[in-house]
Amino acid sequence: MTAIEPSASQSSESLASDAQLARERVVSVVQSYGAAIVLALLVVIASISFPTFLTPNNLTNIATQSSFPLIVAIGMTFVILTGGIDLSVGSVFALGGVLGAMGSQSGVGGTFLLPIVAGVVIGAIQGGLVAYAGMAPFIVTLAGLLAVRGLVLAVTNAGSNTPLITDPVTSVIGQGKVLGVSYTVLIALVLLAAGVVLLARSRGGQSILAIGGSESAATLMGLPVARVKFVVYVVSGVCAALAGSLNAAYSSSGVPTVGVGLELSAISAVVIGGTLLSGGKGSLIGTLAGVLLLAVIQNMINQVGSLTSSVQAVVSGGFLAVVVIIQTVLARSQRL
Amino acid sequence: MTQGTVTIALPRRAAMLSVLQRYGVYLAILLILLFNLVATPHFFELDNFRTQFVQVVPVLIVALGMALVIGTEGIDLSVGGVMAMSAAVVPLYIGYGFLPAVLVAVVAGTLIGVVNGAMVAFIGVQPIVATLSLMVAGRGLALLIANEQLVSVTDPGILALGRDSLVGAVPYSVIVAIVLVLVIALVVNRTTFGKQLVAIGGNRRAAALSGLPVKRILLLVYILCAALASIAGIIGTARLGASVPSTLGNLIELAAITAVVVGGTPLTGGQVKIAGTVAGALLLQFISATLIKHNVPDAYSQIFQAAIILIAVYIQRGRAVTR
Amino acid sequence: MSSSPDQTVPDTSAIAQPVLEARGVTKRFAGVTALSGIDFAVRPGESHALMGENGAGKSTLIKVLTGVHQPDDGELVWEGSPVKFARPLDAQRRGVSTIYQEVNLIPLMSVAQNIYLGREPRNRIGLIDYSQMFADARTLLTTYGIDIDVKRPLRSLALGVQQMVALARAVSINAGVVIMDEPTSSLEAREVDTLFSVIGILRRQGIAIVYVSHRMDEIYRVCERVTVLRDGRVVHVGDLADLPRMELVSLMLGRSVANVKGRGVTAFGETRESDAPPVLVATDLSRKHQLEGVGLEIRPGEVVGLGGLLGAGRSETLKALAGVMQLDRGTVAVDGKQVRSGSVPAAIRAGIVMLPEDRKSEGIIPNLSVRDNIVLAALPRLSRAGFSSTKNQDAVVDVFMRRLRIKASSPDQQVSELSGGNQQKVMIARWLAMNPKVLLLDEPTRGIDVGAKAEVQALIDELAAEGLAIVLVSSEVEEVVEGSARVIVLRDGRVETELTGADVDEEHLLAALAGDGSGDPK
Repeated sequence: MTAIEPSASQSSESLASDAQLARERVVSVVQSYGAAIVLALLVVIASISFPTFLTPNNLTNIATQSSFPLIVAIGMTFVILTGGIDLSVGSVFALGGVLGAMGSQSGVGGTFLLPIVAGVVIGAIQGGLVAYAGMAPFIVTLAGLLAVRGLVLAVTNAGSNTPLITDPVTSVIGQGKVLGVSYTVLIALVLLAAGVVLLARSRGGQSILAIGGSESAATLMGLPVARVKFVVYVVSGVCAALAGSLNAAYSSSGVPTVGVGLELSAISAVVIGGTLLSGGKGSLIGTLAGVLLLAVIQNMINQVGSLTSSVQAVVSGGFLAVVVIIQTVLARSQRL
Repeated sequence: MTQGTVTIALPRRAAMLSVLQRYGVYLAILLILLFNLVATPHFFELDNFRTQFVQVVPVLIVALGMALVIGTEGIDLSVGGVMAMSAAVVPLYIGYGFLPAVLVAVVAGTLIGVVNGAMVAFIGVQPIVATLSLMVAGRGLALLIANEQLVSVTDPGILALGRDSLVGAVPYSVIVAIVLVLVIALVVNRTTFGKQLVAIGGNRRAAALSGLPVKRILLLVYILCAALASIAGIIGTARLGASVPSTLGNLIELAAITAVVVGGTPLTGGQVKIAGTVAGALLLQFISATLIKHNVPDAYSQIFQAAIILIAVYIQRGRAVTR
Repeated sequence: MSSSPDQTVPDTSAIAQPVLEARGVTKRFAGVTALSGIDFAVRPGESHALMGENGAGKSTLIKVLTGVHQPDDGELVWEGSPVKFARPLDAQRRGVSTIYQEVNLIPLMSVAQNIYLGREPRNRIGLIDYSQMFADARTLLTTYGIDIDVKRPLRSLALGVQQMVALARAVSINAGVVIMDEPTSSLEAREVDTLFSVIGILRRQGIAIVYVSHRMDEIYRVCERVTVLRDGRVVHVGDLADLPRMELVSLMLGRSVANVKGRGVTAFGETRESDAPPVLVATDLSRKHQLEGVGLEIRPGEVVGLGGLLGAGRSETLKALAGVMQLDRGTVAVDGKQVRSGSVPAAIRAGIVMLPEDRKSEGIIPNLSVRDNIVLAALPRLSRAGFSSTKNQDAVVDVFMRRLRIKASSPDQQVSELSGGNQQKVMIARWLAMNPKVLLLDEPTRGIDVGAKAEVQALIDELAAEGLAIVLVSSEVEEVVEGSARVIVLRDGRVETELTGADVDEEHLLAALAGDGSGDPK
């Protein structure tokens, strides 16, 4: 136990508390920076094992490939921080791509406006059911996964149409680079920075953390719990749709079948990045590390050549399992 | 001195809700059959019903296991991965004969259930995440085992399971499903395990205070769920005549959860309705068949199914609130 | 109802206008009256104790004062003008802050964040100004003599300090009244001292304190006035200085000191003392903040009462015996054989079973039938090869439904449809089906009607006569006194004294509960 006055710190009690505090600090470091440490290790291993790994070309490639899941994972981080989950992001991602490609017919505004509106509407429906009707997030968004995938099929004539991007400005945003960095990477980083600031320095961000930390206490403290929960699902919907439209701009077409399983890699990245699935604690920087970690693993698997994408699935699934086990055990040790 | 049993007079709306929760699924089946009787030619033919029953088998078997897990207030998202796993293993061991191959496939799939159950029961990981990680890793492992290949299965036993019928009337896969339904119904209603499982879902704390082996039962429930999903994987493989670990059982967790919830088992646990689950699976099958027969695009039937899930969960949620 | 003895008090606070008042507040839940015409008032700078046993209406009154519930009748008055609190936020905005027994803050966030959550200081571009926030938090806490690192996560602090942070948050939201609901239940002595000095500072600032606690010592230390509730009514308002402890306890329990020597009011018959060797021996049961070296011996055929006010450690003692609570130290032995501590199955195997206090959340399995609830614990014994035998079950269920006169349409009726009394009998049947040696009863007659109550009491007698050892916890004095052959009185987690033989009466029990050391009513 901690003494109220530091002057009374000679007792054995407070010594024990110092040890406990030190342990807490270790736990907290592992939770917050575990992904970054593993990422650094992997990068070292990869650059030793594969001479092509550290080439600018490969690094740019990894960065660009990561920018789309990163944007999705940013929205997912907000949802998970409130203690919720959003399983619909993969379908929304596909819808964003298809709508973006269709919208690009009327210029760059259409490329992004149409998907964002769709993301807001889908997020608002899901958020409303979770926040105001009190339904379980996983079942609401699982239904969303199905329904939005249906919507994608509906607008693409059962998936047989793949709308192409003809708008030159859209193509530049999707494929252009400045100083060797893709615009999509820049956009993702800007969103990440905005998210970091909002989370740490806005009242809304603090409310998100508070609700995930203890919903009942947040309610008693007079925070607008339902409204905040509603908003995070809207944010997640918008992020997924925007990422989808950027992906379409990148690949010059809105492919109706993309994004299957994206929810899993987004959740994995968030959790690997140290965000507690029960909510209340986590960071977007950790999410960035988680996304990059998965991308580097993917890249290494590709470099080996003889390995396949199923190895990726096994590794990321296993990784997720190990991380949640560690989290659960750590959280339990802290409670005692 | 005397104390009669208290019958709570429900307001009319709550009473209606309660009837919907209990019998809604049967009512819905009746309605959709009536609709088809009027509007769909050739629906009420023996052949059509045989097809419907054969098609519903995998979802139904997975839903049986899901019902048990949901009864404990849990969820199992890994059932699709489990199906893929057992499907991937079948061709590897088919050389040893039908029975060994099936046994090894069930064991392989069940191992995933062991991991799920251990994470949930002993470590205390939330069921949704524990099984989510196995959903990804399970299918990945299955693909690795199968070398990402689609392998056609030529074993006559397997093929018979998928295509043939007993005395030319009842397909073997349907018989397997019926037997499993009866077994699970027996387990739920007649065994110690079944009672304890429901008690844990109904009030975990009270169950622990009554000395029930809560962790052991949770572990067993996830193992049982995976075993059933493995069987579904074998039947799915038999029907296709090929082992397709890449797509077999995709999104089946959603269909299974829907069947269970539509059948009147609340997501909050404490009840397992086997008859309702069977009816729920049949209802979903009839709906999708009806939509197909009326040339409704797949897109809209997916949206329709999502709406049904939300409505069913909303109605079941109403029960938790009114209590 | 309450007269107004306020005028007679030569204290400035008595002259001042009340900051918060309840006038004739009545609150009913589903036809049951929880509060009936309550008049309650606190004045600026006053520290006012709100006393009453379980079910007296304290928590309902607090919920009305803080906007959680709205009164059915009567009104709330803030500084002389009527107010309505439609939700907790309204009460908070007006100036009513509440400190709960459980710390209601966000454990993962820092001290400063917790204090300013929802009203963080912001800089010119609308972002949270952390340096300002930390400085403000530091200043605020220093005012109350609390010196801690405000950047530390709340969880890393001792509960007492967390409680202090909750208090700082409460008063920094322009509080006029601070309601404290059992604020010291998890604090250590030193932390309690700090809390009381903070209360002193608050009072000097003119903030009114409503203090709810069961600890007599604290009430007399920190409060000057008291309102006593019983059965939803105000039974006393006045200065604490004029009210001896013994009388306060009598008021709370509704047993006037003068006429406690009445006839029995329960269905208990003559109690017997036993001189058989003890079946259960517990020594040195201890757990931080809850139990401190509790020891007891129970003989077969004897009913032993555990006395004590709420929070004295009665339920905790039962939970320790039943293996529900992990112990820091201490042993439990049945028939001389030690029972593995902290394991419910081990306790049940040894023959110790407990009827939990909270029937709803710890007892019944609502979705299951009467039959399934009765046989739940005994199921493995009634089964063959894992298959439950309906015949074996029916035999057991039939016996107990008849013996305990459980009124259900059939054994298949859902237990949640039964009345409270019948649910309680189902719970007792569940444990009797295990053929226990020691039966621990935690408030066995709470929330059940008079008829069922008498039946349960008669049953307890009957079971003891058959040789069962019974430990009885009840907040009803007459139940403990008339039901038990001996009463072990607990206070603050310790055994205060033991009443035996002729001393087992209300006078002695009240005196022991008041804990003024005399042991003799005046």
